[in-house]
Amino acid sequence: MKHLSEYRDAGAVRQMAAAIAREVDAARYYRFMEFCGGHTHAIARDALAGLLPENLQFVHGPGCPVCVLPGERVDLAIALAQRPEVILCTYADTLRVPGSGGHTLLRARAQGADVRMVYATTDALQVARDHPDRQVVFFAIGFETTAPATAVALLQARDEALGNFSACCNHVLTPPAMRAVLSGDQESAPARVNGVIGPSHVSAIIGLEPYTFVAHELQTPLVVAGFEPLDVLQAVLMLVRQTHAGRCEVENQYTRVVSPQGNPKARALMDQVFLPRPSFAWRGLGRLPHSALGIADDFADLDAERRFPVQVVPVEDHPACQCAAVLRGQMEPRACRVFGRGCTPESPLGACMVSSEGACAAAYRYG
Amino acid sequence: MAENTITLAHGSGGRAMSQLIEDLFRCAFDNPWLNQGNDCAVMDSPPGRLVMATDSHVITPLFFPGGDIGSLAVHGTLNDVAMSGGKPISLSVAFILEEGFPLADLERIVRSMADAARQAGVPVVTGDTKVVPRGQADGVYITTTGLGRVSEGVNIAGSRARPGDAILVSGTLGDHGVAILSLRENLQFQTTLESDTAALHELVASMLAAVPDIHCLRDPTRGGLSCCLYELAQQSGVGMIIEEAQLPVREAVAGACELLGLDPLNVANEGKLVAICPGHQAQALLAALHHHPLGREAAIIGQVVEDAHGLVRLKTRYGGMRHVEWLAGEALPRIC
Ligand code: SF4
Repeated sequence: MKHLSEYRDAGAVRQMAAAIAREVDAARYYRFMEFCGGHTHAIARDALAGLLPENLQFVHGPGCPVCVLPGERVDLAIALAQRPEVILCTYADTLRVPGSGGHTLLRARAQGADVRMVYATTDALQVARDHPDRQVVFFAIGFETTAPATAVALLQARDEALGNFSACCNHVLTPPAMRAVLSGDQESAPARVNGVIGPSHVSAIIGLEPYTFVAHELQTPLVVAGFEPLDVLQAVLMLVRQTHAGRCEVENQYTRVVSPQGNPKARALMDQVFLPRPSFAWRGLGRLPHSALGIADDFADLDAERRFPVQVVPVEDHPACQCAAVLRGQMEPRACRVFGRGCTPESPLGACMVSSEGACAAAYRYG
Repeated sequence: MAENTITLAHGSGGRAMSQLIEDLFRCAFDNPWLNQGNDCAVMDSPPGRLVMATDSHVITPLFFPGGDIGSLAVHGTLNDVAMSGGKPISLSVAFILEEGFPLADLERIVRSMADAARQAGVPVVTGDTKVVPRGQADGVYITTTGLGRVSEGVNIAGSRARPGDAILVSGTLGDHGVAILSLRENLQFQTTLESDTAALHELVASMLAAVPDIHCLRDPTRGGLSCCLYELAQQSGVGMIIEEAQLPVREAVAGACELLGLDPLNVANEGKLVAICPGHQAQALLAALHHHPLGREAAIIGQVVEDAHGLVRLKTRYGGMRHVEWLAGEALPRIC
């Protein structure tokens, strides 16, 4: 904890905000996308936008693992959980993401399904050891940040010959989503931004190289940043400077955690256990090619999707839901017609309202 | 085995039950009203206004650092009485026990209740016990009701906050919630934190002695400080602005909350109160709080402002302003 305090020092944060205000050109307009939900939450919690000039705006990206989980995968989780022999373990926020007809794991649990909230994959393994007579499915979600832990869990299950453990893999990859949002595709126009605040923890795994297309091909500056207020503001200043100098580079503000090569060991684990899926559905972004991980054939016996064949059909989002536009940085959460009325953290209509890292939840909670 | 656990017979009104009551409850709570052995307690009525409050207690785990469901059930209801400015006079208690519940645990809980009641100087004058079949309850549920008396001139209500009033808290935020979370299944972070569970009526009495015109008192239990402030703001039709830099939060609580993605403002307390008083009396009230052992870490955290929407806002330590989160459901830890 202690070492963080310098990145939260009120004086230093104010000075950094003042430095940005000095350098910002009043005649220009700056739109910087924070890709990651962790940044969205931090910016809202610390009310950072209010410290900066009005012509500098944060645009929220799709980097909240809960928000992008599509309805059909929620339906899959519910179908798995409803099997009498199954205990479904997952991270807390997943419980409230709406599937088809607004159905959630939380409701399935209230109706008798055995759904348990875990904080780490090791907890799910322990549930499997404690209940040898049941089938324990770990419903894995998250970006490259949480994928290595799932890989380790599968290796551990294999080591222990834990025959009643399996994983349902929903891990998604950052660069394809970044490309879809920034460059647009057949479904949507590009998010018009002058710069990107790159993910913290994801970058600690994948390094800086995967972002080069943003700088070179899409001609957009990108700065990988930490989650503390001083980190975010420093990254903003670096983006402002790149903008003014006409540079488009991948820079690293978060050098205390992110090395340019990332974490090759973690990536090796992922390569061993996972295989990129040909395509995967994202909430709001549609089906993106090579954007998610499935479980490799060598580990097919630990793949819940193969152990318990369940058919799910694609789910249309609620007709009033504007999550797609929000996730693509094209709409402010408050501009959605149902924001705060039909859609609240208590009963979310769209997934951006579920996790505290979702753009709508952050806007609702912190105003 | 059966001798050491609660059986359905214990709730059936027969001999097993009177034995249990005789042995355990009367012996632990020991006071003239209970000892009369009636189904009710008859007491002299004090002059003035009466206050009555009731609270049901369900908690996992039953025993936690700093307390247990028994002390919590006594403190919780005493505090509800105290938040009216009232002086508690007596308590009643009702148990719902699950068949198979260990007698030793019940004994431990009852003794802890008795200790808490004795320390608070408030007798448990009547009670009831029911046993339900295994699986129809989770161990033990306890409902307590408290009766108290409110002195002349004391007029405390959630609707009395006025623009210009000061907002105070009696101590550090989130200790109870984090102590409980740290014990729950699957949570392995180490903390040395204890629940703050405590009876606050004596603290309230010394606060009222210093500042009789306290406008509002409330204990920020479930939902934490944020929920408590929103309730008061809505009831009074005012807004509030609190200052992040003034909020007393232990480093261990801040660290655990950070790890779990929780906000200490949303985490439960069991031995803390929020007080709202006229701005010019804030320093006097703070001094009274600091003078009492349960108010050592009290702080003035903000002020009441005009706002028809009843918003609670927070000035961040960096000078920005945002809404305080008004939690919709249970606070769930996040991932990323
Ligand atoms: S308010 Fe709800 S429905 Fe609208 S974009 Fe946000 S999450 Fe989606």
